[in-house]
Amino acid sequence: MSTGLSDNEIISQVLDGDHQAYAGLVNRYQNYVFTLTLRIVKNREDAEEVAQDVFIKAYKYLADFRGASKFTTWLYTIVNNTCISFLRKKKLDIHSLDNEKVFEMAGNLDSGMKANLVEHKSKLAMVHDAIGLLNADDAQIITLFYKAEQSLEETAQILGIEVNTAKVRLHRARTRLKEKMETHFAEEVKDLN
Amino acid sequence: MNTQQTIEERLWNFIDGTAIPSEIPVIEQLLQSDEAWKKKYKELLQVNKLLKSSELDAPSLRFTKNVMEEISRLHIAPATKSYINNKIIWGIGFFFIALLVGFLIYGFGQMGLSVGEETSLSRNLNKVDFSKFFSNTWVNAFLMINVVLGLFLLDNFFTAKRKEFRKQL
Repeated sequence: MSTGLSDNEIISQVLDGDHQAYAGLVNRYQNYVFTLTLRIVKNREDAEEVAQDVFIKAYKYLADFRGASKFTTWLYTIVNNTCISFLRKKKLDIHSLDNEKVFEMAGNLDSGMKANLVEHKSKLAMVHDAIGLLNADDAQIITLFYKAEQSLEETAQILGIEVNTAKVRLHRARTRLKEKMETHFAEEVKDLN
Repeated sequence: MNTQQTIEERLWNFIDGTAIPSEIPVIEQLLQSDEAWKKKYKELLQVNKLLKSSELDAPSLRFTKNVMEEISRLHIAPATKSYINNKIIWGIGFFFIALLVGFLIYGFGQMGLSVGEETSLSRNLNKVDFSKFFSNTWVNAFLMINVVLGLFLLDNFFTAKRKEFRKQL
């Protein structure tokens, strides 16, 4: 197993013919890739299918990774493109803030709160659920920056936008996240302050 | 932009470490003296801390096995660099430039410009045999290639526009 090796060392092993070494990369990044795909496609089954597709594509084109950027930056670019293709193929609309479904989800969460279910949720689960209420673009940029440990420059590279645009989008996404938290998790937010 | 938004934006830049250096001491000063800034900073720090410590979702336990099963049927594609030879691309570019220069020389040659003769440009232009020029098969082929290249460029332009539109959605 290639657990202690760096990403580039594992990639060299795979390119040298040790295909099983690729499992090391899949194990290392499956949660990151799955979280990102789930944030965009908003459905666990689809997210798992897309995440698998991402690792298969990454394997197929591994020889194209030249190490100019971090492996994760390259991998998340594939995540972004694969999710866009998937959504286009399925003709799913990327959730907008005004999307009825978001309010439906929020409504469900509200009723959950009424049933005292949310009371037992940790603060982390609250953030998790609040991110789930955001539109795909906002959720993606927050996930890339905070969970996938990408810098603003790398996030911009993955999304194919300018660094300043990424900065503005991240700021707006955080503002909307805070609004969601204050609207749907008022009790938990009160506890935070 | 309202004041509250500006405070938040400046504080997020401060927290992310992306604030401009000259702004940092100003924000530090405000955080020490202004209660509203102090309160907002505390609030944003909490959100930042929560976002940083939030957990990742996990796929099914069979995930790695499924991927490995799929890739066992695949081969790694050769690197793009290895099958796109830069010399060929430069060669094609050089061919078109040479062709363009060649036609320009031929065109100017038709004008019969020479020192000492009548120098009026309109008179010289009248001497150009355009029918001979445009009935040439090579010129027609060259124009056709340019039209095809133009269509490619137009297609690229519309693809970029579509991408932009999709991002705005």
